[in-house]
Amino acid sequence: MSKVYTDAKAALAGVLKDGMTIMAGGFGLCGVAETLVEAIREAGVKDLTVISNNAGVDGIHLGKLLETRQIKKMISSYVGENKLFAQQYLSGELELEFNPQGTLAERIRAGGAGIPAFFTATGVGTLVSEGKEIREFPNDPHFKGRKYVMETGLWADVALVHAWKGDTEGNLVYRKTARNFNPMMATAATVTIAEVEHLFPAGEIDPDNIHTPGIYVKRIVHVPNAPKRIENRTTRPHPAPQH
Amino acid sequence: MAWSREEMAARAAKELKDGFYVNLGIGIPTLVSNFIPAGMSVQLQSENGMMGMGPFPYEGEEDPDLINAGKQTVTELPTTSYFSSADSFAMIRGGHIDLSILGAMQVAQNGDLANWMIPGKMVKGMGGAMDLVAGVKKVVVVMEHEAKGESKLLKACTLPLTGAGVVDMVVTDLGVFSIDRTGREPMRLLELAPGVTLEEITSKTEADFVSAL
Repeated sequence: MSKVYTDAKAALAGVLKDGMTIMAGGFGLCGVAETLVEAIREAGVKDLTVISNNAGVDGIHLGKLLETRQIKKMISSYVGENKLFAQQYLSGELELEFNPQGTLAERIRAGGAGIPAFFTATGVGTLVSEGKEIREFPNDPHFKGRKYVMETGLWADVALVHAWKGDTEGNLVYRKTARNFNPMMATAATVTIAEVEHLFPAGEIDPDNIHTPGIYVKRIVHVPNAPKRIENRTTRPHPAPQH
Repeated sequence: MAWSREEMAARAAKELKDGFYVNLGIGIPTLVSNFIPAGMSVQLQSENGMMGMGPFPYEGEEDPDLINAGKQTVTELPTTSYFSSADSFAMIRGGHIDLSILGAMQVAQNGDLANWMIPGKMVKGMGGAMDLVAGVKKVVVVMEHEAKGESKLLKACTLPLTGAGVVDMVVTDLGVFSIDRTGREPMRLLELAPGVTLEEITSKTEADFVSAL
């Protein structure tokens, strides 16, 4: 059974439905599955809950699903770069659940590892911990003396991840800081779909260097010309030539 | 003469020690990287998944796959490693990072910190700030002493908290304060910026503090 699909539309066929929960990898616009998200826009499914650290920027990536009002709820840690998001949120069209970034990452990791809940010090004494179970561990030599809040694991119907290299078995390798949320999201969904910049036959990627084992990846699509965008281009001047 | 942004960053940089792993927030804290003493090994963590963050790239050498937590293009160093967001926050929440330097809207004398949300205004989100202040060994806030003529150093924060009892030190344009997270000791004034008097800083500080000058 081949995991390789001809394009993003084919890779999403049969898994999309209104009201579903989708995880979308990436940090800002770095390491995002933009081709797969574009195919979701074209498919037109709506009332989506999207779990993603950020919400894209206006007109790009998840920003496009906001334009078409396909997103009902976002679970994110930071959504600062999106005016349309602010509008829809303030008008009550869009639900928003903020999670501390590390809590979001760990909730996804836990979900993928079959862990329904865990305790963390992050957010104790803030709005984030309101209404949640607080525990202390006074008998533990390492964890005694602090309060911890219970957070739950996350699971999605579909996870959309972006990798640098992939093979026909679904093994994935990410590049530099484009790794971010992709490896955890790959483990925490019923169907994980990966778009890869370079697709190889199984056996061509050194098994010691694989970040996501293929067991987690159900479908894979080759995107040799995926857009790569820079949100904040920052540079320094070249050093003056030596005479 | 109150301290400039650069001088505040330079003062915060005195908290760096050889061998430290450090996370710097956006704004004045980012400037601290310009004041790492020569010969001192300080590795900068970027919470999107990088340890050993290098300077901005030369023009034409930007890599869209290599950014910091402010989404700015950066470079790698011989010490660099990359990891997932879960590993990055395991590092932060597990107490492996020595120092976090970040900005604030308000700090209270008991170490409470508010820097992510103003009710009624559009909230951008807390990002990694709640994880950093809950997990990093030492937390230093660098901020202007006042905003629109109001003290930002308070008896109690009025804005929603980022963390409760999490700040160890505050560097403002007027001086430096230490805070005992356990609340056993009062907030202490450690230093004044040049030309700033005890009377001036006292009149501009709502929080209670004792002078250790």
